[in-house]
Amino acid sequence: MFTAKRLIRSFLISIWFMILVFPIVGIKIVKRAPEFFCSRVLIIGAITFVLAVLWSWYFEVYKDKGPSNGAFSRGYQKLSVFWQTIVDDKRTALKLILILFIAFMILPVFTSMYQTTVYSLAFLYVMLALGLNIIVGIAGQLVLGYAAFYAVGAYTYALLNQYLGLGFWVCLPIAGFITVIAGILLAFPVLRLRGDYLAIVTLGFGEIVRLLLINWANFTGGNRGIANIPRPGLFGIELSTEATTIYVYYLCLFAAIITIVIVARLVNSRVGLALQALREDEIASEAMGIDLRKIKLSAFALGSCWAGFAGVLFAARNSYINPTSFTFMDSAMILSMVVLGGMGSIVGVTLAALVLTLMPEYLRAFSEYRMLIFGLLMVTMMVFRPQGIIPPAKRKYYPTALQNEEKN
Amino acid sequence: MDWQYFLEILFSGLTRGSIYALIALGYTMVYGIIELINFAHGEIYMLGAFTAFIVAGILGSMGYSAGAILIIGAFVAILWCVAYGYTIEKIAYKPLRGQSRLAPLISAIGMSIFLQNYVQLAQTAEFLRFPVRMPRLEFLDIFGGILRSTDFVILATSAVIMVCLSVFIRYTKLGKAMRATAQNRKMAMLLGIDADKIISLTFIIGSGLAALGGTLIATHTMQVGFGIGFIAGMKAFTAAVLGGIGSIPGAMVGGLVLGLAESFTTGYFAGDYEDVLAFVLLVLILIFRPSGIMGKAKVQKV
Amino acid sequence: MHTNQKPILEVKSLSKNFGGLRALNDVDMYILPKEIVALIGPNGAGKTTFFNCVTGIYIPTEGEVWAGREGQELKQLNGVAPHEITRFGLARTFQNIRLFSSMTVLENVMVGRHTRTHSGILNAIFRGPAFKKEEQDTVDRAYDLLKEVGLEKHWKEEACNLPYGAQRRLEIARALATEPFLLFLDEPAAGMNPQETVELKELVLDLRERFNLSILLIEHDMGMVMSLSDRIYVMEYGSRIAYGTPDEIRHNPQVIRAYLGESEDA
Repeated sequence: MFTAKRLIRSFLISIWFMILVFPIVGIKIVKRAPEFFCSRVLIIGAITFVLAVLWSWYFEVYKDKGPSNGAFSRGYQKLSVFWQTIVDDKRTALKLILILFIAFMILPVFTSMYQTTVYSLAFLYVMLALGLNIIVGIAGQLVLGYAAFYAVGAYTYALLNQYLGLGFWVCLPIAGFITVIAGILLAFPVLRLRGDYLAIVTLGFGEIVRLLLINWANFTGGNRGIANIPRPGLFGIELSTEATTIYVYYLCLFAAIITIVIVARLVNSRVGLALQALREDEIASEAMGIDLRKIKLSAFALGSCWAGFAGVLFAARNSYINPTSFTFMDSAMILSMVVLGGMGSIVGVTLAALVLTLMPEYLRAFSEYRMLIFGLLMVTMMVFRPQGIIPPAKRKYYPTALQNEEKN
Repeated sequence: MDWQYFLEILFSGLTRGSIYALIALGYTMVYGIIELINFAHGEIYMLGAFTAFIVAGILGSMGYSAGAILIIGAFVAILWCVAYGYTIEKIAYKPLRGQSRLAPLISAIGMSIFLQNYVQLAQTAEFLRFPVRMPRLEFLDIFGGILRSTDFVILATSAVIMVCLSVFIRYTKLGKAMRATAQNRKMAMLLGIDADKIISLTFIIGSGLAALGGTLIATHTMQVGFGIGFIAGMKAFTAAVLGGIGSIPGAMVGGLVLGLAESFTTGYFAGDYEDVLAFVLLVLILIFRPSGIMGKAKVQKV
Repeated sequence: MHTNQKPILEVKSLSKNFGGLRALNDVDMYILPKEIVALIGPNGAGKTTFFNCVTGIYIPTEGEVWAGREGQELKQLNGVAPHEITRFGLARTFQNIRLFSSMTVLENVMVGRHTRTHSGILNAIFRGPAFKKEEQDTVDRAYDLLKEVGLEKHWKEEACNLPYGAQRRLEIARALATEPFLLFLDEPAAGMNPQETVELKELVLDLRERFNLSILLIEHDMGMVMSLSDRIYVMEYGSRIAYGTPDEIRHNPQVIRAYLGESEDA
């Protein structure tokens, strides 16, 4: 790992990086005069040195022994086998799920009000990430404006409430419906588009929605947003602020659980198989009798509705919304959850959503660098592990013939 | 009709358009060769503007003249952005060659997010005022103030650059190698062209042009910020698609058309909706004319 | 020959232009029930374009395509979307293998059952008994098809990990899962060794009997074409230059001219 050649090369690379970052990181113009920050540059140099050693080492190992025998891959395969046994062994899986469920059920008792709201947000991101996972991870359609659907959901509730006085429970299904319509409206014109153009069109769509929310100020409140959105009701009972927070926590938790269950069931079904086939090869899918138009519309509809529900919950949780919650960076963050968790993997994406939302809360230092790290993670994930941290567990379809053989 | 106003809008459109064209060239050249939308390209432009800003800050405090500052600033910005472009290709795209189309695109998006936040953290989230003004070019007075000196410099510089680039692509050995690689990478490699080098060169040229665009825009709008790359990048990409992505003259024409369209619509109609308009255009062009105004539709191979 | 039989596929003066290029020129063809027909010709003769026009991937510029199961009225298929053509009973494989590479072998064949199954989104969410029965049925039928092509041992593996010849057979199994009456094979023996080619020939003959299939294949392996086909169509520069039994084709002067300069089994 530490050959002289590699060390020298890494040293040169770190020098290169120090020169590269020097103007942006090392100099700041304060009151028309430059200030220098050489220590920052040196720190970056040190970090890049370490990374360069690791990088070249990894690629050498990888190249020498082939992708399946590299040290990383070997350790990793053990992990996947372990993972697959958990998935296959229903009892262990159930135990694990039960423990997690109980932990989340009693969580609000032990945490502060603030943390409870943070966890509610994490659950909303689970919904968002799983929804996007249907479109990007399973159906392979790269959508970059997913936050727009989230915005549609949130604003549907806020506006219906403001103008028509409709309550949370009425708005929830309406918002889901409207978001699905928005998803289908977006999907129709982009049916023929290739992957990379699709990404840009959806990004454009996301920005258009956000800019309209800003510019159409007399209807949407513009940059000021909409305040005094009511919290969800509980059979007409007046709840204290504290009780409402906990109530919202449970709503979000259950919404996330329902999302996980439904998305998992969808993936393992005839429709789910067709969606995966679409991701793998469009022309072959068509030749297998899959109606591309219908299946793409389904992907958009199935993926966008979760953003709609999450949006309503978000508006209710915050009781205040404005367009800054629905920028490209938010779409990118949800995408990075899907990428990090492993495209198509439900457990992976759920975990990634929880970790990426909660981590900044617990590691203050991390919070400042959050988006920086997300961006870097997306690049490194693509380079090293495009399948994501946790690869999708293969569902066991089991032929009856084999079951009978085993019995005999 | 108010001719003065019309001409002002015309020049402002041409100015914008040539900046878009400068950035669009980077998109189109990279796409032409490796079929990747280099999402981080707008960020290179932003880095160019920022680098120029920092150089201007240093030189300004040392009492250099505005002209010298701008020329040195542009030079340094180009130098550094070329280095950034080269490095980004090596880190984020090269290891992914040969993978599905989704992986490099996601990597590019990640890189774009990283660079935006990198500048925001290292510098500031605020908009900064660019410290020097373009020196007044007296011979422009005959136009009665319609053509401002920044407009003139931007137009003249981009025109020269584009002519140079066209000559380079058309007549030099490297330019021919680039065209060959764009047409058929495998074949070009068989003929002894080092595709890796050509790809690097593409990124280098593209980044240099974007950096120049960044410097020029900083003198024009008189401000820089970490977020300017995103919108400008999107618009330039629209321009590249408009002209037929992969086509170098197309990117130039596309940039100018988009700049004029934007300038005239905002000048005569809805000023508030400038950015909405840009994105609507982007979406409409991608959906209805994905091969550009001059491009030909490709038949997918089965 | 079977002059009293009605064809299951009739193609009438099919043409396809790409811009100024005429890739297919006035091609006629018919296929009878349970017939194995080969389509041969030099590279670039328009064979795959013909496949793509008949299976709906390209829309033909001129001409008509009629098809129908044995004993049923023929239906006009030009302009019909590819997935509907598959549903109607025409299935195909691809020259450059197009498997769903990161899905398992079994799942690949299960996707082929798509048009013959019905569970929708709501069924998937509620997983009722009908859904479960259909799912198990799909699994079992897919597994049976894997047995037919000799891939049942590999059912759990990812499709991309199969050897080349096995991938070709998997494509055939996947196409069979759509329950076709007419199967199009685009160069099924390409890249196979002689042993595999012989096995493939046996497989094709066997499948014709067991599934009551008509088969149209594009193939460059003349040995296979001559011994397998009932009739052969020869194309050159987008036009049909000859058709007939293997014997007739072997002695057709035009065909010999078209292949002149190429080795005998090219």
